[in-house]
Amino acid sequence: MRRRVIFRGKLLPYLLLAPQIAITAVFFFWPAGMAIMQSMLREDPFGLRSTFVGLENFAELFADPLYLGAFSNTLVFSGSVAFFSIAVGLFLAVLADKQIRGANLYKTLLIWPYAIAPALSAALWLFLFHPAIGLFARIIRGYGVDWNYYINGGQAMLLVTIAAAWKQVSYNFIFFLAGLQAIPKSVLEAAAIDGASETRRFWSIVFPLLSPTTFFLLVVNLVYAFFDTFGAIHALTQGGPAKATETLIYKVYVDGVVNLNLGSSAAQSVVLMVLVIMLTAVQFRYIERKVHY
Amino acid sequence: MHRRSLLAVGAAAALSLAASTGARAQAPIDIQFWHAMTGPLGQIVGQAAEAFNQAQNRYRVVATFKGGYVDTMTQAIAAFRAGQAPHIVQMFEVGTATMMAAGRAIKPVHELFAEAGIPLNTEQYLAGVRGYYSSSDGKLISMPFNSSTAVLWYNKDVFRAAGLDPEKPPATWPEVFAAARQIRERNAAPCGFTVGWPTWTQFEQFSALHNIPFSTRANGFDGLDTELRINAAPFVRHLNNLVEASRNGSFKWGGRDNAAEPLYISGECAMIQTSSAFRARVQREAKFQWGATMLPFYPDVIAEPINSVIGGASLWVMTSPNRRAEEYRGVVEFFNFLSRPDRDAWWHQQTGYVPITRGGYEQSQRDGFYQREPGTDMPIHQLTRGTMTENSRGFRLGRFVEIRNIIQEEMEKALQGQQSAQAALDAAVQRGNRVLRDFERASR
Repeated sequence: MRRRVIFRGKLLPYLLLAPQIAITAVFFFWPAGMAIMQSMLREDPFGLRSTFVGLENFAELFADPLYLGAFSNTLVFSGSVAFFSIAVGLFLAVLADKQIRGANLYKTLLIWPYAIAPALSAALWLFLFHPAIGLFARIIRGYGVDWNYYINGGQAMLLVTIAAAWKQVSYNFIFFLAGLQAIPKSVLEAAAIDGASETRRFWSIVFPLLSPTTFFLLVVNLVYAFFDTFGAIHALTQGGPAKATETLIYKVYVDGVVNLNLGSSAAQSVVLMVLVIMLTAVQFRYIERKVHY
Repeated sequence: MHRRSLLAVGAAAALSLAASTGARAQAPIDIQFWHAMTGPLGQIVGQAAEAFNQAQNRYRVVATFKGGYVDTMTQAIAAFRAGQAPHIVQMFEVGTATMMAAGRAIKPVHELFAEAGIPLNTEQYLAGVRGYYSSSDGKLISMPFNSSTAVLWYNKDVFRAAGLDPEKPPATWPEVFAAARQIRERNAAPCGFTVGWPTWTQFEQFSALHNIPFSTRANGFDGLDTELRINAAPFVRHLNNLVEASRNGSFKWGGRDNAAEPLYISGECAMIQTSSAFRARVQREAKFQWGATMLPFYPDVIAEPINSVIGGASLWVMTSPNRRAEEYRGVVEFFNFLSRPDRDAWWHQQTGYVPITRGGYEQSQRDGFYQREPGTDMPIHQLTRGTMTENSRGFRLGRFVEIRNIIQEEMEKALQGQQSAQAALDAAVQRGNRVLRDFERASR
């Protein structure tokens, strides 16, 4: 018995849609169109000479081992950022959901990191782990580890992963906490009466019931790691050492802004655009259909 | 009544019109000057512009900070594409080839002076400074501004603790490696030496003072078809030595660009090779007795090293639709003002950059500046020693920022032990040449 409003004529609906379409056109279609156009040009930075080269920029990109390297860096980086931030967020949410004294205080404190600007938090991480002046760096070296992420690629990757994941933990925490509170207490009580241990109750009841939240967070965290971690990487490693932490989004910046290689940078943005469209499509298609309780 | 008020309005309008045209005749012409100098240096740039504005009333230079070198360059390019380019933009030396290839976007300084009918005395600028920003036939393309060179800074306290003579710093590379080893063996400091601006100090300066080519075609001055030559034997041997030294801790990689500088300031590394403009920071922050000396060299490659090259930035004149001759004239006046011996000496003494003119240097000598601040003329001597060759004039490589980063990346790989020094430099040459060919193609 849904009520449907049917407009007479064709003008009014288009008129009502016009503001939204205008905003989408100006802020999405136009820049995206420019990027696609630029990706098929080879141009000097000043735009004085440009040649149409078709798909050559793309061909060069996929033949370039460094680009493929950035691709695999991005997969490793995004995968671990999503995994760590979801795992830690869930762990903290489960702890904070218990009946403990001062639970509200913990909850508030755990949400704080989300309010810190990415560049700022990266600066804090820098001060903690800087090989020369970092507080933790000194402690780590006290244990005999040669901590110098300026030359050790693995350490650099670990550091940017932790810095990027740390910020996302709060976000995941809020969603998991809400998810946990929505789980009917009666089910848990019934299981407890049947003699299920706490671990068992978590894996057999809580975790499956949380799966829609987890799936949503997985997509959101992957998108975050793909596109929003520029600040952390820029402040900490600048993609180094030896490109060990250069992700796709960072490479777009390096090639476009630093190296002024606009054609290649635009081609990379187009690839990223395709990726984000795919991720969003997956999210819309599966988020409520395939994840069942 | 009605008519009278109308008349009054008309008269007032006419008056204000006259006033405004009168004001226009007197209002100074604005010259937009975008710069990239942070902190105290940025204030000094502002003072330089203000001094010019006080000295005359026809032009008003508006100095605006636009972020670091890369940001300033990107913004100037974006502004040009939008038809809003500033009159003057400060551009770091690695952007030189990119700017030169910018065709009608820029106005070469020699052309600017010729059009304004004012003679340009190129000779007044120090050869090492002028060469970098001139065409291969000696015509000045951009105006020298803030220039420094690389020197070796050392920690006298650590030298003493290691049993080295603090008044006799190492002069050659074998001496540097030996001193660093001794510092490690006696545990006088956790690290012997590090380097700032690794490509600049270990490859560009290295090639200049050993008089060996960095790339073909006179380091790119003679054509866009230049090819890197940094996989030649002296470079490979040097990188090998650095890798060896990093194994026993006498050398420590401190990161790209100037990321290594805190290692020296904190006392962790006893020596660092970095910009001579590092002095202000050392004076302010180093809690030990420090000294500076010229860059080391390999005596079996060259017995008497020649001049080092500059780093820093120069001022570029940009074009824009509807820009009038009068505005360019103002730029000429400003450049001449900056080049005056008293102004240049002031700039040199305030900032720690080297003077750009001979007049500024002589003025500083007369002022007794080098007696008051011993060692501040050492970088100038290093820049001017010997006879400049096409290997020590400077570099004219397109997309040099990218090439510098490529070299840094390959150095990092060699230091990580992923590849040998030879393989690293072969890869750097190969990747760098691809960038050069790309630039050549885009600039044709």
